Amino acid sequence: MRVPLSWLREYVDLPAGETGRDVAAKLIAAGLEVETVERLGAGITGPLVVGRVLAIEELTGFKKPIRYCQVDVGEANGTGEPQNIVCGATNFAVGDKVVVILPGGVLPGDFRIGSRKTYGKLSEGMICSASELGMSDDHEGIIVLPPEHEVGTDAIELLELVDEVLDIAVTPDRGYCLSMRGVAREAATAYGLPLRDPALLDVPVPNEHGHPVNVEDRRGCDRFTARTVTGVRPDAHSPIWLQRRLQKAGMRPISLAVDITNYVMLELGQPLHAYDRSRVGGAIGVRRARPGEKLTTLDGTKRELHPEDLVITDDSGPIGLAGVMGGADTEIADAREATGTTEVVIEAAHFDAVSIARTARRHKLSSEASRRFERGVDPQAASAAAQRTVDLLVLLAGGTAEAGVTEIVSPSGPHTVRMRADHPGRVAGVAYGRETVARRLQDVGCDVYGTDELTVTVPSWRPDLTDPNDLAEEVMRLEGYDALPSTLPRLPSGRGLTERQRLRRRAGRALAGAGYVEAPNYPFVGDDAFDRLGLEADDPRRRTVRLVNPLSDEEPALRTTLLPGLLAALRRNDGRGSHDLALFETGLVFRPTGQETAAVRLPVDRRPTDEELASLTAALPAQPRRAAVVLAGAREQAGWWGKGRPATWADAVEAARAVAREAGVELEVEADRHAPWHPGRCAALYAGADGERTLVGHAGELHPRVIKAMQLPARTCAMEIGLDLLERASSGAPQAPHVSTFPVATQDVALVVDASVPAAEVESALRDGAGELLESLRLFDVFTGEQLGEGKKSLAYALRFRAPDRTLTAEEATAAREAAVAAAVARTGAVLRGA
Amino acid sequence: MSAPNKSYDPVEVEALKPEEIDRARDAALAAIAAAGDLEALREVKAAHAGDRSPLALANREIGALPPHAKAEAGRRVGQARGAVGQALKRRQEELEAERDERVLVEEAVDVTLPFDRVPAGARHPLTTLSERIEDVFVAMGYEVAEGPEAEAEWFNFDALNIAPDHPARTMQDTFFVQGPDGSGEGESGVVLRTHTSPVQIRSLLERKPPVYVICPGRVYRTDELDATHTPVFHQVELLAVDEGLTMADLKGTLDHMVRSLFGEDLRTRLRPSYFPFTEPSAEMDMVCFACRGESVGNPGRPCRTCSSEGWIELGGCGMVNPRVLTACGVDPERYSGFAFGFGIERMLMFRHNVEDMRDMVEGDVRFTRPFGMEI
Repeated sequence: MRVPLSWLREYVDLPAGETGRDVAAKLIAAGLEVETVERLGAGITGPLVVGRVLAIEELTGFKKPIRYCQVDVGEANGTGEPQNIVCGATNFAVGDKVVVILPGGVLPGDFRIGSRKTYGKLSEGMICSASELGMSDDHEGIIVLPPEHEVGTDAIELLELVDEVLDIAVTPDRGYCLSMRGVAREAATAYGLPLRDPALLDVPVPNEHGHPVNVEDRRGCDRFTARTVTGVRPDAHSPIWLQRRLQKAGMRPISLAVDITNYVMLELGQPLHAYDRSRVGGAIGVRRARPGEKLTTLDGTKRELHPEDLVITDDSGPIGLAGVMGGADTEIADAREATGTTEVVIEAAHFDAVSIARTARRHKLSSEASRRFERGVDPQAASAAAQRTVDLLVLLAGGTAEAGVTEIVSPSGPHTVRMRADHPGRVAGVAYGRETVARRLQDVGCDVYGTDELTVTVPSWRPDLTDPNDLAEEVMRLEGYDALPSTLPRLPSGRGLTERQRLRRRAGRALAGAGYVEAPNYPFVGDDAFDRLGLEADDPRRRTVRLVNPLSDEEPALRTTLLPGLLAALRRNDGRGSHDLALFETGLVFRPTGQETAAVRLPVDRRPTDEELASLTAALPAQPRRAAVVLAGAREQAGWWGKGRPATWADAVEAARAVAREAGVELEVEADRHAPWHPGRCAALYAGADGERTLVGHAGELHPRVIKAMQLPARTCAMEIGLDLLERASSGAPQAPHVSTFPVATQDVALVVDASVPAAEVESALRDGAGELLESLRLFDVFTGEQLGEGKKSLAYALRFRAPDRTLTAEEATAAREAAVAAAVARTGAVLRGA
Repeated sequence: MSAPNKSYDPVEVEALKPEEIDRARDAALAAIAAAGDLEALREVKAAHAGDRSPLALANREIGALPPHAKAEAGRRVGQARGAVGQALKRRQEELEAERDERVLVEEAVDVTLPFDRVPAGARHPLTTLSERIEDVFVAMGYEVAEGPEAEAEWFNFDALNIAPDHPARTMQDTFFVQGPDGSGEGESGVVLRTHTSPVQIRSLLERKPPVYVICPGRVYRTDELDATHTPVFHQVELLAVDEGLTMADLKGTLDHMVRSLFGEDLRTRLRPSYFPFTEPSAEMDMVCFACRGESVGNPGRPCRTCSSEGWIELGGCGMVNPRVLTACGVDPERYSGFAFGFGIERMLMFRHNVEDMRDMVEGDVRFTRPFGMEI
C-alpha cells in the first residue's frame, strides 16, 4: 500500500513539521512494515508553469519529428513575451495547455534547464512529460492539461509534484491497512490524534427501486450494495488531484468512472466495480460458476470457470469473477469510444475471503480487489463506499444519483472475544493493568466490557482479531514493543548435542583437517545426471523423488547421491582455474521407499494420534545423511621440498576411513565394480558391528567414461559414505588399551603372493596368526619385479611384538612371526621372500 | 715380604718441586689458551692432562713421599691439576660454542619458504555459523532438534496454523513433491519444507514440556538464484515452551544471542509483525554492529553493512500461537512459548560482508577457504 503523506493528512491532523520518515517511524513502531519513504519531486525548482501553445513549426530534416513552438507562459518569464521551445513530442496542438519549465529551473534527477541551441534553434526551456516531472512512468508524450488552468500558474503546486509516499508491505492480518482509512487510523492512534473517518457518511436507506440483485450464494457473498448513477458525461476526465492521488498510490489513471472506483477503494479499502448499465442484461446475480462456463476478464484473458468460482452474472451468464476481476463485456466504455458510458451501476459487495483466495490462486490472477478480499474487507463499509462513489460521479462526471438503493445483507452479529484482563500482561511479561488494556483495545476500535474477565467486541474491519492472543498483540504493539523488559527463562539442564550431531561435526572437521573444502550443493538433479554417471537402467539411484514444480525442467528430481552436485562443484572450480581440488559435502539424499502413501490432512484442533502421525511418516521418502568427497589434480603439491603427488583412489578410500574413524568404525575394504567408479579402482566400504557387515559406501577413481561425460579432470576420484549407517555401526566409546612399558621386538617379513591377492587378506592372516603378542603391523612396501616372476607381488610388513608383563625373548618374537607367516602362507598362498 | 726401604730419600723427587709443578701448570694453561680448535685442544689435553702429562706423573710420585710431605705435595699437585682441568673445560666450551655457531650458521635455512604441500581445507561458513549459533543456545540448555527436508504438509503448514487457503501459504512459494504415481501439486501431501518450523512441531510431539530446542537446517523456496535469493537456504529456529514464558523472555533470549554473536552492549528491537504460527509476532532487528547506528543521516560515513539504516533485520519471532500448541497436544492454558527464526545466509552476508548470494552456493574453494574450521 502506497500512502501519500498529503493524502494521509486529510484524515489526521499530523503535526505540520512531521516528515515522511517521522511518520514511518511511528507506523513501524505500531507494526506497519514501511519499506520505503519516497520523496517525490525532491530537488524540483521552478519556474515550472502552465503555458499555452501559440504556434508550432514542424522542423524537418531530422531523424524524428521536432517541433519549434511559441508558448505563452504569461508573466512567468518576466517579459510576457512568448517563449521559444524546441519539443520532440507530437501529442499536442496549438491552443493546448502544457507544462513548461523555464531556464533556471531544475527537474528531478538534478536535471538543470537552461537556454540552449538545439536542432538549429534556441530553445528557452522545455515542455514537460509526466515522467520528466517524476509523476509516473508514462512516456507517451508531454502533459496536455485541461483547458481551464490559467497560463502562468505554478505547476509544482498544481500537479502536486512535491510529496512523500510511504510504501507499506501489509501483512496478511492487516487487510484494513490496504486503505487510507486503515493507515490513517493507525497514524491517529500512534500520534494520539483524532481520526476523521472517511467511512462515516450518510447513506440512504435501502429500497426496492435499485438495480435488481439476486444473491444465490449467501455464504460466498454476505453483502451486496448496488447503486446507479445516470447522466454521466462520457467525456469527463479525472481532475488532476484525483489522477495525482492514484499515481502516487501506484495506479494508472484510466477513465473517470474507473478512477473513481479505484480512488474509493484506496480510500476505504472496499473494492468496487462499475458496470455500464446498458451492457448489463437484467438482474445482477451472485452464484458459483457452472461447469463449462467461460468468461473473458478485463485483462483480455478468456477463462474456463471452476464450479467453486464465485461469479457475478446477468441474463447472459457470468459477467465477472466476483471480488477478483470484472468481465470485458460489461466494462465501462473508454471516453474515446464512440458510445461512451452514461449510466453506471456500482457494485460494493463483500465476498468470502477463502473463496476469493482460491479463485485468485486457481486463475493465477491476483488483483487489487482479490488482495483485499483475501485479507478481509470491512463489510460495514460497503454502503459508505458505494455512496462515496456515487458522490464523486455526481460531482466530477455531472451524473445524477438514482434514488434506488439495493442492499442485500445476510444478518450477522458482531464478533466477540473473551479474555482475562491480565492476559496481555501475562503474554508480554509486563503488568499493564485493566485500564490500559481497555484503552488500547478501544484505540483499535473494540468495545470492551467487564472487569477481570473482559468481553471484547471487535470492529468490523478487524476479522483477524479472533483469539485472546490477537488482542494481547494489539495492546502490546500500541504500548510499544520497545517497552518490553529483557528477561531470561530458567531452563532445565540440556544434554548437549546428540551422538549423531557430534559425528556430523567431527566428520566435517576430519575432512577439512585433511585438506578438503566443504561445498554444499543444491539437491536438484535430472535423469541425465544419472546417465553421465553411467548408472544402469535398474540402478536404485535412478528411482527419485520428483518435484511437481521444479525450478528447472532439467532438474526435476531430488538427489539420490551427493556425487552429481559435488562433481559439478569440482568442475566449476576447475573451470575457474583451481585445479588441485579436494571437496566434501555432507547432506541428505532422498530415496523413495516405494511404499509412500499420500499424506493425509490431519486435524489441528487436537494432537494427532500415533497412528495418524505414523501415516505421515509413511508418506515421506527415506532421507539418509551422507558424506562425500571428490578429488582431482595434485593431492600434494610439488615444491622446493620435492615432487608432488596426484590425488588417487587411495586418497578417496582414506577419506572414507577418516570419516569412519570419527564414528569409531574401522572400515573393511573390498574391491568392487560399482558405477560411477573405475571397475578396477573401486572399493566397497563395509562397517562391521555385532558380527554383521554393512555396506556403507564406495570410494575410488571414477570411470573414465564418467570423467569424459561430466567433463571432469582426468583421474578424478570420489567417495560417498552413509553417515547414518556409520553411526549405527559405531562401536561406542573407545576402550583404553593397556600400555606396556616392556621393550618392543620388531620383526620384518616380506611375503610374495599372487598379484590378485588383496593386501587386506594377507594382513588379516598375519594378524590372526601372530596372536596376542602382536602390538601393531604395518605394510611398508609393495614391490613387483622380474625376480618375483610374472603375476606376483611382494608385500613387506613391519611387525611389532610386545608382551604386557615381560620382555619378550628373541625366540618368542620369532615364534610369533613364524606363526603369522604360517597363517599367511596357509590362507593366501604366500611365500616368505628370501626363504 | 720385604721391609720398608728406609734408606730411600723421598724429599728430593724432582717432579714434585713446587716450581716444577707451577711450571707444568703454567705450560698447560698457556697451551690450553693457545688451542685454536677442538682438535688442538684434544692434543693439548693429552699432553698436559693425559696419563703421561707432567702433572699426572707428578701425581703418581706423591705416593712415594714420606707421610709428612704427602699432604703438602698432594695439595699443590691437586690445585694445579684442578686449574688445568677447569681451563680445559672452559676452553672446551668456548670452542664448542664457536663450532656450533659456525655449523648452525651453515645449517641455516630460508624460513620464509612456503610449505603448502597439502593446502588447508575448510568447512563451509554456513555450516560453521549455524553451529556457532547452536552452541550459544546449547550452552544455555537448549537441545538441537532436526527433521526431514521432504516434509509432510501437515507439519510444514497445517500444524503451524497455516490453513490451505491462508494467504501466508502463497507468500512462501513451495516446492511440491510428486506422489509415487506422479501426482500433482498438493496431492502427495509432501513438500520441501519452506522453513525449519516443522521441526518445532516434531519437537513438541516428541517431547514433553518444558521444551527448549534449536532447529537448524536447510529449507526450500521456489526463488531463482540471484545476488540476494537462493531456492535452497538455511535457517535456525528456536522454540521454548514452558509455564509462564513471556515476550520479555523472548526479548532477553534474543539479546543474549545477539551479544554472543556480535558483541556486548548491542541493542535489539522488536517490531510488530505477522506470522500465522506466532501471536503476538514481531520482526527482530539489531543495532548495526559495524556502525552502531552512526551512519544514519550521516552521508559522510556510509555503512555498507546496514546500508546506513542503523538497524539490521534478523528475522521473525513471537509467542507460539496457542493454536499451534493445541495441534501438538500441549495445553495452551498451562503452557506458553516463544519462537524465533532467521536465515543463516543473510546473517553470513552481513556478519562477514558477503556481497553475493551466489558465492555461498557455488562451492568455490577461494570463497570457503578463508573461513577455516570455525567462524
